[in-house]
Amino acid sequence: MAVVFVLWLRELKKYLRSRVQIVASLGTPLMYLGVLGFGLGPVFQRAGEGSYLQFMAPGVIGMTVLFTAMFSGIAMLWDRQFGFLKETLVAPVPRLAIMIGRTLGGATVAVLQGTLIFGVTLIAGFRPVSLLAVPLAFLVIALIAVIFSALATAIGSSLKEMQGFQMVMNFLVLPTFFLSGAIYPLEGLPRVLGALTRLDPLTYGVDRRGARVADREDAFRSCVGRCGAAGRWGPVRDVRCVAVLKNRGLA
Amino acid sequence: MGDQSIIRVQHVVKTFGKVTAVNDVSFDVRAGEIFAFLGPNGAGKTTTIKMLTTLLHPTSGALELDGLDVTTHQTEVRKRFGVVFQDPSLDSELTAWENMDIHGVLYHVPRQVRRARCEVLLRMFELWDRRDDLVKTFSGGMKRRLEIARGLLHTPKVLFLDEPTLGLDPQSRNQMWTHVRDLRGSEGVTVFLTTHYMDEADRVADRIAVIDHGRIVATGSSAELKQQTGTDSLEAAFLALTGTTIRDESATAADQMRQVARVWRR
Repeated sequence: MAVVFVLWLRELKKYLRSRVQIVASLGTPLMYLGVLGFGLGPVFQRAGEGSYLQFMAPGVIGMTVLFTAMFSGIAMLWDRQFGFLKETLVAPVPRLAIMIGRTLGGATVAVLQGTLIFGVTLIAGFRPVSLLAVPLAFLVIALIAVIFSALATAIGSSLKEMQGFQMVMNFLVLPTFFLSGAIYPLEGLPRVLGALTRLDPLTYGVDRRGARVADREDAFRSCVGRCGAAGRWGPVRDVRCVAVLKNRGLA
Repeated sequence: MGDQSIIRVQHVVKTFGKVTAVNDVSFDVRAGEIFAFLGPNGAGKTTTIKMLTTLLHPTSGALELDGLDVTTHQTEVRKRFGVVFQDPSLDSELTAWENMDIHGVLYHVPRQVRRARCEVLLRMFELWDRRDDLVKTFSGGMKRRLEIARGLLHTPKVLFLDEPTLGLDPQSRNQMWTHVRDLRGSEGVTVFLTTHYMDEADRVADRIAVIDHGRIVATGSSAELKQQTGTDSLEAAFLALTGTTIRDESATAADQMRQVARVWRR
């Protein structure tokens, strides 16, 4: 338990110390909100969909959580060969404790970053429907963070080269983001695409058919439903991750 | 300390696909000695250390540390050694003290003992005044010293040092070896080190094993190796044992990444 805590604390300390990085990491979401938001806003409105900012803000928060969680996990690839991970791998602690510590650390950082963006969207004019929706939204954010942090930890422990990172970005992170309904509504998509969106864990976090912070109807019901869907992913990944390390003779 | 072996390696083979990195290697390290593993690039030094530190399983053969089988008693074995890898494994975004403290938690050192040990070791390695500074502000020599201090925190029986002076200036190297030699007195720890600086092995090691192409070609004290080869310096003895051809290591992906990592860290 102390091991999990200390590894979690390490991720948190590193995050809070990297002020420049925190500011820099606001860049992409701000660009989406600003450039895409204002650019597509009028089109969205003309199509009778209402305010694009209201639609997009949860998506951008979801994107931030996704990217932050994925990056922190994949940093492990680097760490494994040339950094601190080696120190933990020769320590007399179970691999699972290391994985859980890192996963929770990465997830916490992602939640903090998501919260920051939430604040930014509020300043930009985004308004959650009700106060009740806010804590529920945070629960969803936390679940997305854990899922993707666990996934990234699994990927990070099986990748061997930096080149693999580009692959993960192009074939996993970006599709996960685009297919989640973060920047456009998912209604009326071609069937294949529609099926893919349902496989995407992020969809359950940001799609407006479920509970979004901006949604009107029964936010609570769908929120709980989605927690179930999201929760199923996380633990599976951690177990797989340990299996991967075991396979490579590391555990 | 007598002739008691703390590390026993018997007929160990490690193959990666078609490449045999370590080929039927056997040697013993006695408790309390400084044992140097010498060899050209790609001779199998790091692979051997990785097997002894539970990071790789041998393809065949037996490795024992403090009487325990390294492959079957991983956790117990891990408590008994400290290791400084060729590539730095410090967290440079944390302070020296934090790096030490996390290590203590990972090795289940009780809080009070941990604090006391951290102070003793940081003072010993002349890092006490910088304990609250981020490691990224440290020089190469300071980082290495911190890694050794960290490796000793849980009072291990064996300390592995994989090329601890690589990339250090002569002053830092000199200081490093003074520290390593002092350790035996202060910590009573057995030191297993690899290097390809002959003068250093000559200076600090009680016994030396020369490895080449994955095989041990000679074992003995520096004087014995010189006598055996009829040479007057360890360097000449080394060349006599391993030949003068330059080894073309096939650059692996890991080597390429290591280079990038070094540039990055500057």
